[in-house]
Amino acid sequence: MTTDKAHIESSLVDILKTVSDPEIPVLTILDMGVVREAIIIEDIVQVKITPTYSGCPAMDVIGDDIITAFENEGIKAKVELILAPAWTTDWITPSGRKALEEYGIASPLNEHADKEALLGNKKIVKCPQCSSTNTILVSQFGSTACKALFKCEDCKEPFDYFKCLK
Amino acid sequence: MKDSHLVKYILGIADNALILGQRLGELCGHGPTLETDIALTNMSLDLLGQTRNYYQYVAKISGDDSTEDDIAFLRTERQYLNVLLVEQPNQHFGYVIARQFYFDVFHYLLLEKLQASTDENLAAIAKKSIKEVSYHQRFSSDWIKRLGDGTSESHNKIQTAINDLWAYTDELFEVTEDDSHIVNIGIGVDVSELKAEYYSKVSEVLKESTLEIPDNKYFKKGGKIGIHSEHMGYILADLQYMQRTYPKMKW
Repeated sequence: MTTDKAHIESSLVDILKTVSDPEIPVLTILDMGVVREAIIIEDIVQVKITPTYSGCPAMDVIGDDIITAFENEGIKAKVELILAPAWTTDWITPSGRKALEEYGIASPLNEHADKEALLGNKKIVKCPQCSSTNTILVSQFGSTACKALFKCEDCKEPFDYFKCLK
Repeated sequence: MKDSHLVKYILGIADNALILGQRLGELCGHGPTLETDIALTNMSLDLLGQTRNYYQYVAKISGDDSTEDDIAFLRTERQYLNVLLVEQPNQHFGYVIARQFYFDVFHYLLLEKLQASTDENLAAIAKKSIKEVSYHQRFSSDWIKRLGDGTSESHNKIQTAINDLWAYTDELFEVTEDDSHIVNIGIGVDVSELKAEYYSKVSEVLKESTLEIPDNKYFKKGGKIGIHSEHMGYILADLQYMQRTYPKMKW
């Protein structure tokens, strides 16, 4: 049984940091929180990753990218996909949230606030362009499974909001 | 592939996701607006992702060298165990939403219980999937309300779809012989127990949407034991085309 805390050997962090989410390139897979375990067993790096959404097409690519990243350093790696415990947006690191905002994607609110925002009850999602909260929901589903589409009523820019998943 | 009770039980859940995912996938590029098009295909992707998780597990326990692709693409019609509801055609947007709504309410209740399965793989898939399905349910319920409480045109269209698809709701709560073996050992969910809560939830949303609750007592069933409607053959012809034409092809 894996716990909610990821177990990553410190010597592997630098290499894992070079792999990013192919759909959100500013986010490393560590910032994303999809790497749940990375340990060395008999000279082979064993990495366990978990998908954000079940149908996330990025997972196969991420798995291949991890293997390539280690191969480039002359290290053999194996990647295993695990489902439990299920990924949550709480695992996105503070630096990951910052990277999202800078990239133009509003980072996830907490569960309750998220529901209010997605039901259109409250204007609380902050526009990543101008920081206004005068924003409206355009669609609960955006360019990828993990995002919703919003529009800023002040600067008029549309933007993606990373949905809370708990 | 070994047709054990457990395999059939899992296929009963997974095939619903596959066939509904395929139906929603048909709408890619054909949704009524860009936003709904993206939403419906997002949901399709979630469902196909869930399907893969179930099929990979089935492939693992089936005791032969079958893969998730064999299970998805190489069975005959009678071997698919999805309910009739999910194979019903898209027709117009009202039918897409009514079908989705009827399925989502059920799907959520099922996964809620499946999280407590004594089979840790099924519990893990359920815990993962329920997060996605709660978004699906919110989407389809919202649209039921918008169409029901919208113009007289949208009201009439969604009411017709709600009435027409009502006959397929009861099958969701059928427990097949294979299912009951799996329910008895604590792995499966007794779906017949979800019925009361299901109809009360559905009724609540329909009322709020100013829609009438159908009172048709005639229900169609058969999908769960492999007896499908005339639509299924066409779905499979489309779904299986590549594997049947170019056997063993890979990406």
